[in-house]
Amino acid sequence: MAKITLKDLSHSYLKAQSSDADWAVRNVNIDWNDGGAYALLGPSGCGKTTLLNIISGLINPTEGDILFDDKLVTNLNPVERNIAQIFQFPVIYDTMTVYDNLAFPLRNREIEEEKINSKVHEIAEMLELSSTLNNRASGLTADGKQKISLGRGLVRSDVNAIMFDEPLTVIDPHLKWILRSKLKELHQKINRTMIYVTHDQTEALTFADQVVVMHEGQIVQTGTPVDLFEKPKHTFVGYFIGSPGMNLLPCEFKGGEVILNGKKIETHKKVKLNSFTKREVGVRPEFINFGSEGIPVKVLSVSNTGRHKIVDTQSESGKIKIIAKPNENIPSGSAFLNFKKEYTYAYGDDWIIE
Amino acid sequence: MNKTINQKAWFFVIPVFVLVAFNAIIPLMTVVNYAFQETFGNNVFMWEGTRWFKQIMLSERFHASLGRQFLFTFIILFIQIPLGIAIALTMPKEGIGVPVCLVLMSMPLLIPWNVVGAMWNIFALPDIGFLGHSLNALGFDYNFTQQIGDAWFTTILMDVWHWTSLVVLLSYAGLQSIQPAYYQAAEIDGASRWAVFTKIELPKMKKVLTIAILLRFMDSFMIYTEPFVLTGGGPGNATAFLSIDLVKMALGQFDLGPAAAMSLIYFFIVLLVCWVFYTLMMRNEGNQ
Repeated sequence: MAKITLKDLSHSYLKAQSSDADWAVRNVNIDWNDGGAYALLGPSGCGKTTLLNIISGLINPTEGDILFDDKLVTNLNPVERNIAQIFQFPVIYDTMTVYDNLAFPLRNREIEEEKINSKVHEIAEMLELSSTLNNRASGLTADGKQKISLGRGLVRSDVNAIMFDEPLTVIDPHLKWILRSKLKELHQKINRTMIYVTHDQTEALTFADQVVVMHEGQIVQTGTPVDLFEKPKHTFVGYFIGSPGMNLLPCEFKGGEVILNGKKIETHKKVKLNSFTKREVGVRPEFINFGSEGIPVKVLSVSNTGRHKIVDTQSESGKIKIIAKPNENIPSGSAFLNFKKEYTYAYGDDWIIE
Repeated sequence: MNKTINQKAWFFVIPVFVLVAFNAIIPLMTVVNYAFQETFGNNVFMWEGTRWFKQIMLSERFHASLGRQFLFTFIILFIQIPLGIAIALTMPKEGIGVPVCLVLMSMPLLIPWNVVGAMWNIFALPDIGFLGHSLNALGFDYNFTQQIGDAWFTTILMDVWHWTSLVVLLSYAGLQSIQPAYYQAAEIDGASRWAVFTKIELPKMKKVLTIAILLRFMDSFMIYTEPFVLTGGGPGNATAFLSIDLVKMALGQFDLGPAAAMSLIYFFIVLLVCWVFYTLMMRNEGNQ
């Protein structure tokens, strides 16, 4: 059990790096507190798996350090770091039984057979594998195999952290839900640090207390699901989280104000600097109302999802989506929009201006 | 399960049947013809029943060459399979080394059999060959044309040189198909290098190794050209393996009946061993 610290961490799979794009992970600084449930969220290819493999010790970072409880572990291997990791696709040892598969990590550490036996049965019970313990692992279905992979990660009770690399990819949707709540339940029971990599926002938001969002090798925001929703610090967080994502409209900054198409927009704070090449104003569809005056738009279409209505509109600066209540009257043709001031943010070069 | 009954479907089997008939069944039938009859030419045949088969099965000469054949095949399998796996394990997995190794490895496979035999014959000649001369210069009394042990040693060395690459390439393909996650998981699980080999690599190579062993068994069991060019079956009959002995009988002595019977027995041994071996190797595959 340990607090995990990543310091100025960068990694590249290339020998020589010329631009930012050559780095799979760049300039990561983060503390993972002991016992936390974290989700590492980002699209495919953003460097999540690389970061995870660096923490577990499968990859040596090009630059930077990893500390466990302030002790340097950068050059230690996964066994010395005492990390458990579960991979995206089930990894099982074909020739062994389910029992031997689960016992394998313990046997490699030369633990007494008696202890192994009780531990394996405990984990098998939890994952509902008890009845298949003596079967050959190769005969199981994909989700049975993935349960074994999970079990091998969970069977060691002294690990510093458990890493999950999109572990539910191959699992049926209904089982996914069950296994995810199992993991959550397990986290409360054993209180280990868990880091859960996923590109699925629902998975991340339901599993984790703290969500770490990655984009192009960088960590763009760390926070609770509510933080990420209410105050995205990066435009990527804005449109990646939420359905539909945040409305981002090109605008101008003048005298501390945000000017959208000649109209002043009130944001949660004044804009101090003006030296950005890309200037945008962002507001989530949930925080926009129709009004008698405001930003003029044309209503394009309305789709009703049952829980709410999604309204597509066209303004001078681009399309704006609005989420309205299912019983709300949607004006047709021309309308005016008001942004909620406290949830409207200005972004300079993709980062929030505060 | 309900099977659809449609006798017309047999028509679709005809092309395959015709092909197989022309390249296997009909030529084989001429051998069968000779195996049960005696001929003095001019297309005159006399029925002999199982006489040739009895003769071959009881002949010491056949027992001896069959024994030599099994010994040779087992020795080369015993060397080539582990050696091939070992070389495959040490080959680079990425980078410029991969094509270099693959090309180097496939070189021996591209050389025609009789050239291999001739090459090794010259290479191993005790007076002028590099290998033979060097061994003698080092103080070994080496002469593969006269000493039985040396003849076997050279034949085996030649076969290992010629065919280990096949096992290497197949094993390498098997190793390359293992996903990196398996190695990563093993690393996380704290598995030793030996455990990685026995629990991951060997089981994952099982199918290609089955094929490698089958191919090497069949090829070595039917080996002809290379030892024929290298030793000619000698000294004496020391390296006269089944096919060499068969050709001697059929074309040297013109004993067509016994030779045909021997061919059929030979054919059934190969078939039987392959079938038994394949069945054993694949016995546990059913549930995968």
